[in-house]
Amino acid sequence: MFGIPDVWVLLAFVLSLGSSVLCVGWGVMRWNEADPVEEPSEELRQWNREENLVKDEL
Amino acid sequence: MFSIWLTLAVVVYLLAVGYLGYCGYRQTAGATDFLLAGRRTHPYVMAMSYGATFISTSAIVGFGGAAGVFGMGLLWLTVLNIFCGIFLAFVFFGGRTRRMGLRLDAHTFPELLGRRFQSRFIQGGAAVLIFVFMPLYASAVLIGAAKYLSQQLHIPYEAALFIFSALITLYVVMGGLKGVMYSDALQGTIMLVGMTVLIVLTYWHLGGVSEAHAKLTAMADMVPAKLQQGGHRGWTAMPAFGSPLWWTLVSTIVMGVGIGVLAQPQLAVRYMTVKGQRELNRAVAVGGVFILMMTGVAFVVGALTNVYFQETTGKIAIAAAGGDVEAIIPMYVKGRMPEWFSVLFMLTLLSAAMSTISSQIHAMGTSAGRDFYEQALGHGAKKGGRGGAMASRVGVVVGVLVSVYLGYYLEKTMGKAGVEIVARGTSIFFGLCACAFLPMYVGGLWTRGITKAAAIAGMLSGALASFLWMLLIHETTAKALLFCKAVFGRTSLAVGDSGPMSFGPFVWAYVDPLIIGLPLAIVVTIVVSLFTKKLDEGHLELCLGVRPPRS
Repeated sequence: MFGIPDVWVLLAFVLSLGSSVLCVGWGVMRWNEADPVEEPSEELRQWNREENLVKDEL
Repeated sequence: MFSIWLTLAVVVYLLAVGYLGYCGYRQTAGATDFLLAGRRTHPYVMAMSYGATFISTSAIVGFGGAAGVFGMGLLWLTVLNIFCGIFLAFVFFGGRTRRMGLRLDAHTFPELLGRRFQSRFIQGGAAVLIFVFMPLYASAVLIGAAKYLSQQLHIPYEAALFIFSALITLYVVMGGLKGVMYSDALQGTIMLVGMTVLIVLTYWHLGGVSEAHAKLTAMADMVPAKLQQGGHRGWTAMPAFGSPLWWTLVSTIVMGVGIGVLAQPQLAVRYMTVKGQRELNRAVAVGGVFILMMTGVAFVVGALTNVYFQETTGKIAIAAAGGDVEAIIPMYVKGRMPEWFSVLFMLTLLSAAMSTISSQIHAMGTSAGRDFYEQALGHGAKKGGRGGAMASRVGVVVGVLVSVYLGYYLEKTMGKAGVEIVARGTSIFFGLCACAFLPMYVGGLWTRGITKAAAIAGMLSGALASFLWMLLIHETTAKALLFCKAVFGRTSLAVGDSGPMSFGPFVWAYVDPLIIGLPLAIVVTIVVSLFTKKLDEGHLELCLGVRPPRS
């Protein structure tokens, strides 16, 4: 198949194409899918920024 | 006439890159812009930047040339590059890294690790590791690009080196990560076009996909006796299991780079540059195709050059190139491809080099400025955003100077030995990063059980084991680093008078440091976690979110 007699090299050739197709499929299927986990809130991030500043000063 | 077109193409290209650097500068207002491109990068730009940073000239010319020697077995690296380097990286590592980076207000990879484990030592230690070893990796790419540029444009090597490094420094210092990523996107697009044309023309000239591979298969009896003894069984077959060539191909080339990519600081920081998971999902599609067209094409074309050289000179590729692996692809392009393609291919290689170096020196600069000087030493705590960017900008300049110095003076003062050290830079850096960072990075993203002491122990043991293996055991690296020969009088402690030492299929002198250092670092991280104090639950909730209720 594809002029490659060795099964391991043939597998690598097919999997290279296959993994690329997987990436394209994943990207297209989830093109508009939002984050499944809630984003950290702006208050939490602001609080953490201030915490980091206090820690740095200490 | 041709050289005028060549020069014109390079000038237009450099102007375009300079303009994109200027755009980055115009849009950079503070530390978040300089360090993380404002966390609002377009998925195409992010995917192209990630891919172009990952793929250097050495991936195309060096590894492509290696495929001319080893054959199409190198395609396993393409599989790992796409599956680990893109799919796992973007889908699994990307989202968690981005969210944790936001929660902890981390701007760099060492800062993310340091804040996750509440350790300035980790942040400082990671920064030192990056700043000490990355210049070797950067100088390997920089020197290769400058040499190629000087040959193509017929200008002195020193002038090419100066122009090249000055331009990159300018747009990284001015535009920060925005400048880097914008120019990466252009460079990635040029690379994609160049490599697509290369594979289409190669298969076209050889009569199609299966026909080309069949011709290569038929050349198996031309493998030189020395390579056959090493385990070579033809260019469309894997080397014999457990042979020296098999170990080099599988452990050093395929696993060393394929797994090492997950813990590369200059790549991991890119997950934090996008707005959300949606952008990462879109980037998966672009990145998967990009990496296939870079490494897949380079490895297939590299192997198929044997058919071309056999038909035109009666020799296999490595013999036709006079034993110089890195000359195989350029010689093939020059001899087989139309003249106009040489211009496109030169821009492809130039883009590959510039995109990798700019990201490397950005990572070096932020490690030295932000992570080490500001955070680990505590100098910049009160300076705010602008101060942070200034320290990183200074770090960028220092990083470039060190890289140029290393590459240029090692060769001048040590001759061929200096070139050998620089040539090992990429594998040394990939191996060290994987062994030092991967266990705590994975543990930090997915588990609550890894302690601060365990993260530190894992980082130190992984880095140390990997470095010692490179210095004393792994023959190719140990030979280049000269230490083992100077102290023990032989190129590797695992090569005795009767030949390389082995245990079952393990021929120690050919086993990559990653195969030793990474499992050791994982075991140390897990064991130390069992006996040391856990991190505060409140901090873990901040990093990973609220713990799901037990069922």
